[in-house]
Amino acid sequence: MAKFSDHFMREALWNTFRRLDPRYLKKHPVMFVVLLGASLTTLIAIRDFFYPPLLHEPLWFTASVSVWFWLTLLFSNASEAFAEGKGKAHASSLKALAQEMIAHRIVNHGIEEMVPASDLRRDDVIKVIAGEFIPSDGEIIEGIGAIDESAITGESAPVIRESDSDRSTVTAGTKLISNQLLIRIISNPGESFLDKMISLVQAAKRQKTPNEIALQVLLVGLTIIFLIVCATLVPFGLYLNCKLSLTVIVSLLVCLIPTTIGGLVSAIGISGIERALRKNILAMSGKAVETAGDIDVLLLDKTGTITLGNRMPVEFIPFKGVDMKEFSRAIEFSSVADRTPEGRSILEFIEKNYGRSVSEKDTEALTFIPFSAETRLSGCEGPSLSVRKGACDAIQSLILAKKGKIPPEFSKVMEKISLTGGTPLAVSMNGKLLGIIHLKDIIKPGIQERFHRLRKMGIHTVMITGDNPLTASTIAKEAGVDNFLAEATPEKKLNFIKAQQAKGYLVAMTGDGTNDAPALAQADLGIAMNSGTQAAKEAANMVDLDSNPTKILEVIEIGKQLLMTRGCLTTFSIANDVAKYFAIIPAIFLLSIPEFEALNIMNLSSPYSSILATVIFNALIMVMLIPLAFRGVKYRPRGAKSLLAHALLIYGVGGIFSPFIGIKLLDMLLLNLGLT
Amino acid sequence: MTFNGILQIALLFTALLFLIKPVGIYLYRVYETPSPFPLFNRLEGKLLSWCCFKSEDQNWKAYLKSLLIFNIMGIVILFCIQRFQHFLPLNPESFQAVPWALALNTAVSFVTNTNWQAYSGELTMSYFTQMVGLTWQNFVSAGTGMAAFLAFARGLSRHASSSQDILLGNFWVDLLRSVFYVFLPGAFIMALLFISQGVIQNFSPTLEITTLEGGRELISMGPVASQEAIKILGTNGGGFFGANSAHPFENPTPFTNFLQMLSMILIPGALTYTYGKMIQSQKQGWSIFITMVILSLMGILVVYYFESQPNPLLHGLGLDQTSGNLEGKEVRFGILGSALFANLTTDTSCGATNCLHDSFTPLGGLVLLLNILIGELVFGGVGVGLFNMLLFILISVFMAGLMVGRTPEYLGKKIEGKEVRFAILSIAIYPLIILVGAAISVLSPSALASLQNGGPHGFSEILYAYTSAVHNNGSAFGGLNANTSWYNLSLALAMFVGRFFPIYLGLSIAGLMVNKKIIQPNTGTFPTQGALFIGLLIGVILIVGALTFFPVLAIGPFIEYINLWQGRSF
Repeated sequence: MAKFSDHFMREALWNTFRRLDPRYLKKHPVMFVVLLGASLTTLIAIRDFFYPPLLHEPLWFTASVSVWFWLTLLFSNASEAFAEGKGKAHASSLKALAQEMIAHRIVNHGIEEMVPASDLRRDDVIKVIAGEFIPSDGEIIEGIGAIDESAITGESAPVIRESDSDRSTVTAGTKLISNQLLIRIISNPGESFLDKMISLVQAAKRQKTPNEIALQVLLVGLTIIFLIVCATLVPFGLYLNCKLSLTVIVSLLVCLIPTTIGGLVSAIGISGIERALRKNILAMSGKAVETAGDIDVLLLDKTGTITLGNRMPVEFIPFKGVDMKEFSRAIEFSSVADRTPEGRSILEFIEKNYGRSVSEKDTEALTFIPFSAETRLSGCEGPSLSVRKGACDAIQSLILAKKGKIPPEFSKVMEKISLTGGTPLAVSMNGKLLGIIHLKDIIKPGIQERFHRLRKMGIHTVMITGDNPLTASTIAKEAGVDNFLAEATPEKKLNFIKAQQAKGYLVAMTGDGTNDAPALAQADLGIAMNSGTQAAKEAANMVDLDSNPTKILEVIEIGKQLLMTRGCLTTFSIANDVAKYFAIIPAIFLLSIPEFEALNIMNLSSPYSSILATVIFNALIMVMLIPLAFRGVKYRPRGAKSLLAHALLIYGVGGIFSPFIGIKLLDMLLLNLGLT
Repeated sequence: MTFNGILQIALLFTALLFLIKPVGIYLYRVYETPSPFPLFNRLEGKLLSWCCFKSEDQNWKAYLKSLLIFNIMGIVILFCIQRFQHFLPLNPESFQAVPWALALNTAVSFVTNTNWQAYSGELTMSYFTQMVGLTWQNFVSAGTGMAAFLAFARGLSRHASSSQDILLGNFWVDLLRSVFYVFLPGAFIMALLFISQGVIQNFSPTLEITTLEGGRELISMGPVASQEAIKILGTNGGGFFGANSAHPFENPTPFTNFLQMLSMILIPGALTYTYGKMIQSQKQGWSIFITMVILSLMGILVVYYFESQPNPLLHGLGLDQTSGNLEGKEVRFGILGSALFANLTTDTSCGATNCLHDSFTPLGGLVLLLNILIGELVFGGVGVGLFNMLLFILISVFMAGLMVGRTPEYLGKKIEGKEVRFAILSIAIYPLIILVGAAISVLSPSALASLQNGGPHGFSEILYAYTSAVHNNGSAFGGLNANTSWYNLSLALAMFVGRFFPIYLGLSIAGLMVNKKIIQPNTGTFPTQGALFIGLLIGVILIVGALTFFPVLAIGPFIEYINLWQGRSF
């Protein structure tokens, strides 16, 4: 969706050069050392241009080495600037929708005024009518409406948003397609989720995550070690009557310090956030994305996440002596005007299996009784017809009150359905119990595979449901979750999370309701659905624009990839040094001590070409790894041992051998160009 | 290389394998139970109260403070004993006061468990200095090493159940128990075994004898067995005589040689078992032990191979070279007994020598140097060896954690920026001192004047001196007269920083780690045991060592090796 617009391309290109500024590079210690090296060799080259070179070092050598140092710096800057540009372009395309819109602000006593969207402040109240875009993030305080969120989620079906419910918030840039809403604005300009997200992909503004800081420390430590190693080579050379030039020592230093990872570490961090953004996840901090990779326990709501939102009939069970045709007709009567999801799915079930038999004429004389939470019944009442459908105990007491008879198989059927995790609905007509509808929670297709993958990652899944333990355990088993929390209340959820954390687990939770807010805040990683309430979003550290709770899987993978990419490139960078030593150490001593030829195991053509080849390899390998830094190392859900063995083989062993080949090839190329 | 030689290596490691469990359990009992021996419990309390030490648990800062105060006091006292030995008893040879630079070097050397000796004991130190000054430090410096390890390991293994500072034990108690329950009884048994083999133990003045040819010969005497035992058991390495374990009064028979090698690696090896008990995971303890054994065997086989080869320069002189490079080795130990001893003394920070490391073939010498350079963690010094290994484990686990995509953790505790900083600093401090020290030495004509050899070999000698000092090994490559002001003082500084700076860093990490929340492992957590972990740890140790010291090893021993085959020597 994000088009890499020209504007961001130009900005990235400009930043690539602008960030050669030492004040900026100070934040990247490894690249700062390269900057010092590049400046030094450039000065030497300029000096050698006017005066005879010291130590008879050819000018072309000094000049090309310094050019490649500058290129190394530019490659590193470009990786960061373009990662940033990609992220910004994406975030801005989401944000642009909300710009330049006109909002109807309600001033007081219902007086409206027209203001640009950028003037809206927190707690302003605006009116939006059908066909208009929502100008800013807000919460519906009055009304219900269908909203087209395709601009953000890509999902074309409109969603219903309603005041005083768990789906009361609206996002800037979405379009109202029906009715009229009063919306309270919840963020000031520049403070919306998107604004926060944009600051996370800005290299200059973003905060380093704890893992990134730790890695930085390691890289600085290695740089210091190599500084000592290279600096002391000068006196050791003098002892052996071998004068080493500054250019050569700086070349060795730049090749040894971990430039590959040091130059790409910033791009890796930004790309991780950008990948989350591409999956329509808004993270409040880079740390939240990294934490996702460490999650041990995942709490998921049953309804809407594990099961489809509504229950579906799977079987009509008429009692003895009741004809199926008659039973299905009675059910149809009870459901014609039932607006609950169950009512609609029952009608669909009848149409599919038995055919509709109630016509509009039949229902003319009837009055309908809607479902209510108190009676837990619905049905219709007419001159010769009285049909009720509802919870078994509600129907039972209704029948008993009318001194009707309860068939003997009633309780048996009811129990059987409960045992399998279903919900029984009893149907009565004119005071007689006809039979039972077996309603069932339908597990979302494909959910089992997702839980299987989570298990392979080592993540323990827990289903949260208001159902009784019996029903909950059946659904849990069917869906393949590891555990469940039945009859959950907000306190119960909170205590469950606290107990898991006390045992040393990191807990993630998805939620959308206001009553989820405390648990979302307590969890190490709280993901709020974009459709959820403002309270839930504020308590969470990520917001999912698609409101798809199983997306946590992708979030976890992004978090893990982020760490893996850093780890693998660090290993690769350090492993490369072995070959670089074999190329440079013989080269720098060969002129005075011919015995060093024994260490020239790559059989490189001349000292200057082997040093230059190594410097070029060092710069080019960074370019070749930029796509990997953007994409991230592929994560496969399997045990840590197997992951590590795989990574060590590719980046460790591969990192030791690949530069031998690369440097040799470059040396041959330089030889053919006559640069030896 | 002979079958008999391989068999001896196997015998040594088999003996070690059988001993580490009982010794490890004993050590655990000594340190990790409130009163290991009820009989001595009251004595322990009395002794501490006489010395005005509190026996309460300390946090890392208090622990470190006690450790530093005790050791700096040790340096001052030992320095004074040497300076005033001519006023003190037990000085039958009437030795004068030790010159101040040498006295300072020796004081730091024995306090830091290095036992670098820029002097010959029999010509410089009185019996009083040897017994009260040096032997005392042999015991307590070993105890200090054990204490440092214990505090570090407790920091990693203890779990914070509340928010209060979890404490790391008490330095004075750990020190006292090390001396009384570990080193004194151990050294006593060893000394008796040594005496049974002919090691001398007396206070006689130097013996003057007339040889069969009528020549006069002076034979040094002294309380050797008692110092010999703790020298080996506490991985100190400072010999009574200048010739150290090559001297027939220190190490008379192949059996004492075997015993010395075994007891060098016994306590450092057994501590891995103790550590396993402390962290309640014997598998992890064994994994560390196996890592040490593999690294050690790699070195032993390489050195043994190169020492078994004839010297190309002696070709064509009609010499029988079938038994290998015997120059500088005692015939009673042979190639294997010398190569094995040299390896183990550089693996552990013992530094006792039964042959001249200077006379090893260039690549054999390179391995000995590398053994020390990779950080004295293959067994290593008592306590501090495993201490250093734990620092490397933290770095390895950090890398592994990143590579498997989970915030790195060790024993359920997250490794964050601060821990990484301290761990990498403790690794960086060694090359800093070694390389800078050697760089200044090769630039200064007066420092170069101490060299007997020039070229790459002379370079190796200087490199070895700083390496040995900073890693508190104490063995000398030889060929370098280190008894000059420059070497005495710069090496003293190297020994002091190399000992106490990493201890400071390790205890800081312990202080950070002890208060961390424990995270439960899941299948995404990298297990710190098993073959893959061992492989990773070996890889990290070798790569870090190789990358840091590739250039100096190339211009030192490696170039000498190439020259040797071209018929040149230095």
